[in-house]
Amino acid sequence: MLRYTVRMSRLKGKDMNRKKGRLLAIPYIIWIAGFTIIPLIFILVKAVTDVNGSLTSANLFAIFDPLHRKALLMSLSVAFFSTLICILIAYPASIILRTSRITNKSIILFILILPMWMNFVLRIFAVQLLISNNGVLNYILTAVNLPPLKIINTPWAILLGMVYDYLPYMMLPVLNSVLSIPEDVIEAAQDLGSNRFRVLTHIIFPLSLGGIGSGIIMVFVPSMTEFVIANILGGGKIQLLGNIIEQEFTVTMDWNLGSGLSVSLMAFVLITSMIFGRNNEDTAAGISL
Amino acid sequence: MINKIISVVCAAILVVSSLSGCSQDLDGTLKRGDVLTVFNYGEYLEPEMLELFTRETGIEVKYEEASTPEEMYTKYKSGGISYDVLCTSDYMVQRLIEEGEAQKIDFSLMPNAANIGQRFWDMTKAFDPNNSYALPYFWGTIGILYDTTKVKGPVDSWDVLFNGDYAGDIIMQDSMRDTFMITLKYLKYSLNTDDEYEIREAGDVLKKQKPDVQAYLVDEARDEVVAGNAAMAVVYSGEAYLGKEFNPDLEYVIPKEGSNLWIDSWIITKNCTNTDAAMKFLDFLCRKDVAQADFEYIYYSTPNEAVIESMDEDLKNNPAVMPTDESLENCEVCTQFDPKVTELYYDLWKEIKAL
Repeated sequence: MLRYTVRMSRLKGKDMNRKKGRLLAIPYIIWIAGFTIIPLIFILVKAVTDVNGSLTSANLFAIFDPLHRKALLMSLSVAFFSTLICILIAYPASIILRTSRITNKSIILFILILPMWMNFVLRIFAVQLLISNNGVLNYILTAVNLPPLKIINTPWAILLGMVYDYLPYMMLPVLNSVLSIPEDVIEAAQDLGSNRFRVLTHIIFPLSLGGIGSGIIMVFVPSMTEFVIANILGGGKIQLLGNIIEQEFTVTMDWNLGSGLSVSLMAFVLITSMIFGRNNEDTAAGISL
Repeated sequence: MINKIISVVCAAILVVSSLSGCSQDLDGTLKRGDVLTVFNYGEYLEPEMLELFTRETGIEVKYEEASTPEEMYTKYKSGGISYDVLCTSDYMVQRLIEEGEAQKIDFSLMPNAANIGQRFWDMTKAFDPNNSYALPYFWGTIGILYDTTKVKGPVDSWDVLFNGDYAGDIIMQDSMRDTFMITLKYLKYSLNTDDEYEIREAGDVLKKQKPDVQAYLVDEARDEVVAGNAAMAVVYSGEAYLGKEFNPDLEYVIPKEGSNLWIDSWIITKNCTNTDAAMKFLDFLCRKDVAQADFEYIYYSTPNEAVIESMDEDLKNNPAVMPTDESLENCEVCTQFDPKVTELYYDLWKEIKAL
């Protein structure tokens, strides 16, 4: 009987602890409700209504309007290519780092993260100064008798800015997944007669897919919704979907259309996250097996 | 349990926020008397002048700033702060007067208002026909700031922006109304036209021009010409004055087809209960020493004849500071459109930007 009451009180104590634990979540819940859920509801409501407040689906499908189609294609291609270039830079770099003799990999990691300490708008302004018509890059090019490079205010400048800004977000997960492949697995493959190329394609690559997947999400999603880089490096001439949404809210004051476009953009983002997010789980399971 | 806590917290937040709302209102009405709430554009008044005003009159100034006329309008209308006097641009002054937000001012009671030249009162009539609401504060034009080392011969027409001679070397304003205004002027139409055909024609010209434009910028337009990245840019006259300070090769011109003549004016809002203090403040701004200090802080064109008289010859002959009467001949003050025309502008601007 005594034992039983002790157990009960212990259980109660545990229960109380759980309740206290839940209390700790309140600031987070208020934060999420105030800054994510409620604004999202506002946007959803605005997206499916028109100026007079009656229901419409026009704003949601406005993304396919000829006026916005170019921006959609531009957003998609800039996001696609910046993600691709990030992978092409980050993956070989990670492999080289894994095989290199540098023992203190945390220093390398530190150098990679270092640019992220600076405000990203500031870094984009720096890029603007570098590649502008009379910028440092063209100064050097003309000094060695090469033709100046006119890439400012073109899609290439935006692409460059995005790769520069988002590379660490690809580098970190990819490097992490490549470094965490156990040496035993590779040695086992070599014992069984795999050459270096086979080890790369059959062991290292499949085992690092998870890192690539999260890298893709972390680069593709922000570059899809980006508008500041396009504003600064595109000179107001090149519009991404983000720019159009911004304009709807600040210039033309059509908040319903702006919200509709935001929601359709969210759909695009969700689709990519689902494709690459699932990939992520699969490989994680593969590693634990 | 958790739901209850959330609802209690939410209720508490609601109660607290509504209470603070009340106390602010009480403050607003009770403390009134020796406090004046002034609303102005950013960096549009020498800050020391506010201290001087308080020292001289004992009236405390609460100073609020905004960056665009639209932002001012939204803040004013939302009623969060009760503004007593505010300074905004011509078409926005017109809108506020038409909506009954401005109080009539008896300018004969303000001795220093006589410093404002008659020609500026006449300009103001475009949006305040009887000169009964708006006090001119600063004015200026929109024109072309160009680099004389990169341009053949003097520039005197908007044509240089549209004839393709300087393809890739032109910076346009990333501002719908300004960009349309100069294009309408180039086509020899009124910049206040509400004729759909004329507006569409301007839109077509801008679409055709887009490949030649290096960038559409606002604040950086001047800097790009100063830095030598572009041969010319469409800028406000005050920006042009500063640009020339940085780079002596630059020149500013108001093209012969005419341009926009803009005037920023002070009005007293209908919420202002202490009109005495408000009048004192506006009169203070017209006083020569104060207007002089403000002019030297901003370097836009001043309507204060006392200040103009004491300027040295260089400043008087600088078209960015004191445009000649001939160059202003074809200039127009811009007025507010009706919503239908605004809608057309928005559509065309979107098409241009989407190109």
